[in-house]
Amino acid sequence: MKKAQFWLWTASLATYAFLYIPLAVVVLFSFNDSVLNAEWVGFTTRWYVKLLHDDDMLHAAANSLLIALVSSSVSTVLGAMAGLAMHRYRPRWLPFLVLTPVAMPEILLGVSLLLFFRQVLDLSLGLFSILAAHITFSIGFVAVIVRARLAGMDESIFEAARDLGATPWATFHRVTLPLIMPALVAGFLMAFTLSIDDFVITFFVAGVGVNTLPLQIYSMIKVAVTPEVNAVSTLLMALTLTLILVASRFAPDVLKGRS
Amino acid sequence: MSEPRTQPSGLTKWVVTLPPTIFLLAFFLVPALIVVLAGFRETGEFGGLAPLPQLSLDAYRFLGGDVIYLEIFARSFLVAALTTLICIVLAYPLAWLIARSPKQRRDFLVLLVILPFASNFLVRIYAWIMLLGPVNLLYTPFAVIVGMVYAHLPFMVLPLYTNLEKHDPALLEAAQDLGANAWTRFWRVTFPLSLPGIFSGSALVFIPVLGMFAVPELLGGTGDILIGNLIKEQFLENRDWPLGSALSIMLTICVLLLAGLTAWGSKRGLHGTEAVT
Repeated sequence: MKKAQFWLWTASLATYAFLYIPLAVVVLFSFNDSVLNAEWVGFTTRWYVKLLHDDDMLHAAANSLLIALVSSSVSTVLGAMAGLAMHRYRPRWLPFLVLTPVAMPEILLGVSLLLFFRQVLDLSLGLFSILAAHITFSIGFVAVIVRARLAGMDESIFEAARDLGATPWATFHRVTLPLIMPALVAGFLMAFTLSIDDFVITFFVAGVGVNTLPLQIYSMIKVAVTPEVNAVSTLLMALTLTLILVASRFAPDVLKGRS
Repeated sequence: MSEPRTQPSGLTKWVVTLPPTIFLLAFFLVPALIVVLAGFRETGEFGGLAPLPQLSLDAYRFLGGDVIYLEIFARSFLVAALTTLICIVLAYPLAWLIARSPKQRRDFLVLLVILPFASNFLVRIYAWIMLLGPVNLLYTPFAVIVGMVYAHLPFMVLPLYTNLEKHDPALLEAAQDLGANAWTRFWRVTFPLSLPGIFSGSALVFIPVLGMFAVPELLGGTGDILIGNLIKEQFLENRDWPLGSALSIMLTICVLLLAGLTAWGSKRGLHGTEAVT
């Protein structure tokens, strides 16, 4: 049995190492004072300084933040409605509509929206198509978090509010909303993270005009491996890590519920 | 956890239900149906789609007529199967260790599995460009598999862990009392009970791998392209939308069949355990 324990630990530690070493290398080399990502030369922060003067990068970052902010706000509202509806009224079609975009391979959602915008709406691609796409795949995440929160609550609270004469709006505003607030915050942060990180779907619906941070990283790593990519990767990692950890404080199941 | 009772106002129901429903009909269901239609259209003069009245099966005929497409589908299934298998082998000991840890340590160990996924998908691929480049393994099938496993491992660990955590230790004790050695106990008790977890994890790994284009494109060579690359090529480079749509439909059918298969497989397990995701 001791021997089995030993192998179990060895195998598990090796897997953890497999998960962490590549990312540690990316972070480490973002501080390396050499243009080549080959060997460690010395400590520097010059790649971060260079980022601050890279107009393309700053522009892409601004786009990403704007898109993330708008799409996560809209998907929090629509996702909360969907979560409430799925919990209370259980319409048969809603779980299908809400969860399929999350479960299907991203490329399928990407190409279908590309066709829809170009062929049917005859719109040029850009901010609007990216926003629509991001909202579509974020609604499901918010809805699931909100529904989970509602499922854990005692329905008699809402009945009590109604019995005391509260209108549906007052019940929502004074009772439901405060109770689901942690789920809304977690859902918003989750949607924000998904939006700022999305590459595949954005790749199809972005067109030529609008660049986002992941698209910028993609075009850079297609050409060459540079320490600047390491620096922007490290910053992005720090940002999403923070957002996810904050989200998990508001809804402890967020980290387990990521699909 | 009492069941919600009937609501007094029918209006509230529609105020809450309609906005997300309309949005998703417009931006998910309608676009999906358009892809189905586009698969039966002809290519326009300048790429894209030809004007409506013409419907044809050209896109599908093209598919059946060229062996290369069959080859790419077969290769995609092979890569997905291999990735899934490696994920099972790597995830099992880890999931087992976490499930057998003291309760207060479990959440932390699970968090450690998920945290790398806070990094951007492209950054995770980029990490392997950095690591495999200097040792001349970049742009090989090996690099593609490593990248795929790296990108999907937690999707196997989590369902497997939730399954293993629910096993009753008394079963193993009983097996031991009846004289089964560690090897027999694993293969005759633990493994069969964990099959639903393996099925759910496999679906979460196999399905996204099938449609992935970024990993083969950035880590693989020219011979390593998969269904995802083929679809991307039709939409963004060749502008052959009918063929791209036909390929997307084929991929969708594969995904649906696999999802059905795993649902059926999970139900057949002894425990009705469900995956977290």
